[in-house]
Amino acid sequence: MFTVNTDTRSKKLKNRVALTDTNLLLFITIAVFVVMYLCAIIFLGKGFTKPQAFFNILNENASLIILSCGMSLVMICGGIDISVGQVTALVCMACAVHLDFQGGNIYTSMLIALGIGLAFGLVQGFLVAYLEIQPFIVTLAGLFFAKGMTTIINASQFNVENEQFKALKATEVTVPLMGSYNKAGDFIPAYVEVGVLVAVFVVIALFCTLRWTKLGRNFYAVGGNNQSANMLGINVKFTKFMAHLICGLCAGIGGYVYFMHVGSGSPSHASGAEMNAIASSIIGGTMLTGGVGNIAGTFFGVLSLSTIKNIVASLGLDEAWWTNITVAAMLCIFLLVQSVILARKNSKKK
Amino acid sequence: MEKGAVLEMRGICKYFPGVRALEGVDFTLREGEIHALMGENGAGKSTLIKVLTGVYPKDGGTINLAGHDHPVNIRSPQEAQNSGIATVYQEITLCPNLTVAENMYIGRTKGNLTNWKKINADAARLLDELGIPAMAQQQLGSCSIAVQQMVAIARAVDMDCKVLILDEPTSSLDEQEVEKLFRLMRDLKQKGVGIIFVTHFLEQVYEVCDRITVLRDGMLVGEYIIEDLPRVQLVSKMLGKDFDDMADIKSESDTDNIDYNGTPVYEAKDLTGTTGIKPFDFEIHKGEVNGFTGLLGSGRSECVRAIFGADKTAGGTVKINGKNVKINKPLDAMKNGISYLPEDRKLDGIVGDLSVRDNIILALQVMKGFFRPFTKAQAEAFADEYIKLLSIKTASSDTPVKSLSGGNQQKVILARWLLANPVYLILDEPTRGIDIGTKVEIQKLVLKLAAEGKSVTFISSEIDEMIRTCSRLIVMRDGKVVGELKGDDLNQNKIMATIAGGESK
Amino acid sequence: MTESQKQLQPKKSAKGFFGKLIQNQLFIPIAALLILVIFNLIADPSFFKISLDESSEGFLVLSGYLITIIDNASELAILAIGMTLVTAASGGQDISVGSTIAIAGSVVLRVLCGTDSRPDQMKAPIIVAFIVCVLVSALFGAFNGMLVAYFKIQPMVATLILFTAGRSIAAWINNNELPIISDPSFGYYGNFIPGIPLPTPVFIAAVCMIVIALVLKFTNLRLYAQSVGINPSSSRLNGINPQVIKFLTFVILGICVAVAGFIKVSRLSTINYSVVAKDIEMDVILAVALGGNALSGGKFNMTASILGAYVIQFLTTTLFKFKVNSAAISAYKAVVVIILVVLSAPIVRNKLIELKNKISRSKANTQVGKEGV
Repeated sequence: MFTVNTDTRSKKLKNRVALTDTNLLLFITIAVFVVMYLCAIIFLGKGFTKPQAFFNILNENASLIILSCGMSLVMICGGIDISVGQVTALVCMACAVHLDFQGGNIYTSMLIALGIGLAFGLVQGFLVAYLEIQPFIVTLAGLFFAKGMTTIINASQFNVENEQFKALKATEVTVPLMGSYNKAGDFIPAYVEVGVLVAVFVVIALFCTLRWTKLGRNFYAVGGNNQSANMLGINVKFTKFMAHLICGLCAGIGGYVYFMHVGSGSPSHASGAEMNAIASSIIGGTMLTGGVGNIAGTFFGVLSLSTIKNIVASLGLDEAWWTNITVAAMLCIFLLVQSVILARKNSKKK
Repeated sequence: MEKGAVLEMRGICKYFPGVRALEGVDFTLREGEIHALMGENGAGKSTLIKVLTGVYPKDGGTINLAGHDHPVNIRSPQEAQNSGIATVYQEITLCPNLTVAENMYIGRTKGNLTNWKKINADAARLLDELGIPAMAQQQLGSCSIAVQQMVAIARAVDMDCKVLILDEPTSSLDEQEVEKLFRLMRDLKQKGVGIIFVTHFLEQVYEVCDRITVLRDGMLVGEYIIEDLPRVQLVSKMLGKDFDDMADIKSESDTDNIDYNGTPVYEAKDLTGTTGIKPFDFEIHKGEVNGFTGLLGSGRSECVRAIFGADKTAGGTVKINGKNVKINKPLDAMKNGISYLPEDRKLDGIVGDLSVRDNIILALQVMKGFFRPFTKAQAEAFADEYIKLLSIKTASSDTPVKSLSGGNQQKVILARWLLANPVYLILDEPTRGIDIGTKVEIQKLVLKLAAEGKSVTFISSEIDEMIRTCSRLIVMRDGKVVGELKGDDLNQNKIMATIAGGESK
Repeated sequence: MTESQKQLQPKKSAKGFFGKLIQNQLFIPIAALLILVIFNLIADPSFFKISLDESSEGFLVLSGYLITIIDNASELAILAIGMTLVTAASGGQDISVGSTIAIAGSVVLRVLCGTDSRPDQMKAPIIVAFIVCVLVSALFGAFNGMLVAYFKIQPMVATLILFTAGRSIAAWINNNELPIISDPSFGYYGNFIPGIPLPTPVFIAAVCMIVIALVLKFTNLRLYAQSVGINPSSSRLNGINPQVIKFLTFVILGICVAVAGFIKVSRLSTINYSVVAKDIEMDVILAVALGGNALSGGKFNMTASILGAYVIQFLTTTLFKFKVNSAAISAYKAVVVIILVVLSAPIVRNKLIELKNKISRSKANTQVGKEGV
């Protein structure tokens, strides 16, 4: 078999190189998003052609992007974290109470948000990695706890009146060279909220972490096969711990971004966000069995998810009901695709 | 430490629940030698290696490494790597979701960042040097098993190691690849690396190794210079019988009343497995005990799994009592009166958390049907009967089977299949890892069953067990049937010669 | 001393009456129940008061916190039956039960109301509605089962699909209207049948328990589900088809969901798609865990699971009585879950056993030392 002409061999191999699982799923995700957005522009008219329409998707989903990034990380590492949605609600409520009732300023409230995220990450990470308890159960307890604590801090919704915070919430960052003309012919530049910048920063930071740092690559190795990872000389427990810790931090940051977007505290904030985050990750090409996934994919996963919501809304269907069904259908298709890929890979091995 | 030694292990002990895996094993590896570690399945080779590389903590003994004044305590594979021990494990321990290059460098690069350009270039160079047909950026999972194994070897070789461990690296490689590996090993030997080589291919041992250490049942048999130990003697050391002492033990079973010309109880033609065995023919008559023999990995287990339908079959015809039948899944085989005691007791045999009673009635219950469960009294009666019959040592029939000793677990599975009242019973390594008394009991039982008119296929790593029980032996090598021995040919010398191949005396 | 001997030691020392008690799977739920009972006895004995009052329909009914508990726990207990089987066979949990209850309830209303959302009389016999509801729920169970058994998707993730879509499908079934049934006879199943002083759901739950007891007695479901959960490879070699068994448990859970959904809509004679049975999946999983069943599958104890369901309802009702906000209850539950899982984690258990051995050994050593002196 070594006498094969090297040219044809390397050609064959090159074809295969393009198709690592992560890249294949990432490619599918981006393609789905682009096709979906183009369809929306073609069939649903002008609303979607304005740059602001696209940036509004970002404005609406900045926090979901951050939560999904954390979720992807844990899923790549072979775990799951279903507490992120309720941690978001807890962060909102804690920060709101801090700003309005305790006379805090925005900087201390940010510290509180990070602290809450860190605390959840630390405890859950410890239980999962070092006590080897199933991540689903641990984070389910985290979900319960965050939910209860939110209500215990304050049971009802209220809007934050802190001036400093209101100014921060209202800050709009203009996007250079993008915008549209209104009916009077004036140029209205497109804008994004501060949260979007944070989200973009998180995406880039995590993308780089996963791509170029040792820890980031260890996430993939542990998720791929944690026994092998151990044999290859990787500290599996520490790696799992870090995954949950970072996910907790993301929940803290995402929670604050959500808070900046809505400007209020409420026990019902971000309910179900964990499921949206999981769905985005899966649509973004993260394998729930671990080891495969990409933060860029997750980013597009969130965009796909919200684009489809927007499409359903502009089709005039009752949004709340139809979006859920569409999201679930999308999730189902992506799960089946993954399952088939996995089955094909396993059969190849034999 | 002995002069020139790079590694010295003294009195290594390792216990697993109910099993003594290693007991006082000594092992010395010298600079620039290739040292074969030999022994049959369950002899403790892999355990010894996992103790050395920190996968399992040791329960006793000391490990000395060159360059360390004190005995070292290796607690994790990471520490082993850092102390200059590179390992290629028997199972491929790489991550299939990562690229080839990453698999070669993950867990052992310095610094916190991954320099993709560098590792890809380095990996490409190394792959090229070793002639491994893979691209650095290719996903490992898309490579063939052989290539994956070569990548694992490349990773280990590239480490600046003093000790290189190769645990059965050649089982999935073809001849040229093995040749390449040997060249590599000789190069490293020149550079003064000590290599531990575990394999079950005898030819390979005699081709590259300088010294042999033989283990049996977790104990050290001895360390030999390769020239002093001819091949047949090596086999006898591994199997635990001195070659010269081997008196021919005639089969105790009365083989006269077997009607070899009648319709076989089970007959297979060109049965083709999907697990790497060549198509084979096989038949067994009423009251006959026969066996598959061959070294580990020769395909003896795969053959019986194909017969029972445990693995998918790709072709061939099967007749039971002369009638054509289709066996696609275990239940088909069971309904045709075939029982199968699997090789891996823990993984395929016992249902650990279930009680002894449930484990005993399981097969019969499944055959009886989902809607017709035994009453508690019936199940209790069955269990009690067989606990008494096979004298299974258990606190009660309610005890979870996993808390029993290995031998008693095996008896429980035997009870399960005897209860199913088969006409043809397949026993794959029923005597492995159990005490000598139980071994004898099981062999006696096999002969008794045959006398009652049942057909039995008996597989064991211990040749004298096979000789004592079987009247016909099918010898396998590399997934092929290479011989069939019966009558006067059924003696240790002949069998070993056939297994070893070529060099028969 | 070999490893096996080492392992046997703590077991021996754990014997005796107390040891046996602790090893019994019913110990945890019963102990939890006792703690709750004692707490309530001390805090406010009137918790246990049961009175016979006249209902608005003019017949005598029992009322009191205890009656509320056994009434409200009915759905939970019924679901715990199915969830226990799913957990045992597949080693995972179904998180879509809340959403599929919404579907089941919606189907019942759809059949009874037809296209009219405020019918004067029911358009179909209740039994027909119930049968249709069971069929539909079993179908959704089969969908989950198919994903888990044949596509090998983790149960939690596979059921995430219906978790997301379920309530929307429920709304879609009734065109997002909220039908109300005015016929009082429909309310019998979720409230009281005239003349009977106990709430009907209690009887329905009892019937379900009897049915599952009979099923477990007259089929091999227990043996098969446990074998598949413990060792699928070995089960296959013994002629069991693990995929069929996993699939079957999801269908059974689907039927349990149908019954629970039927009770839920009957309680109110209407449905609120986004609120009905909200978060019930978490309570059900907790009930299974509280019953001492391993969430990773294998052996199960149905009685313990059902008991666990009642304990959780007991806890919820107790917290309600002390005016704890319904959402804040979950924080207390979280603490319970964490304590349970940490104590039952194998690593923690082994550490505790090691610690115990060390203490007993050092005791023995000091004794030897004394004798030596």
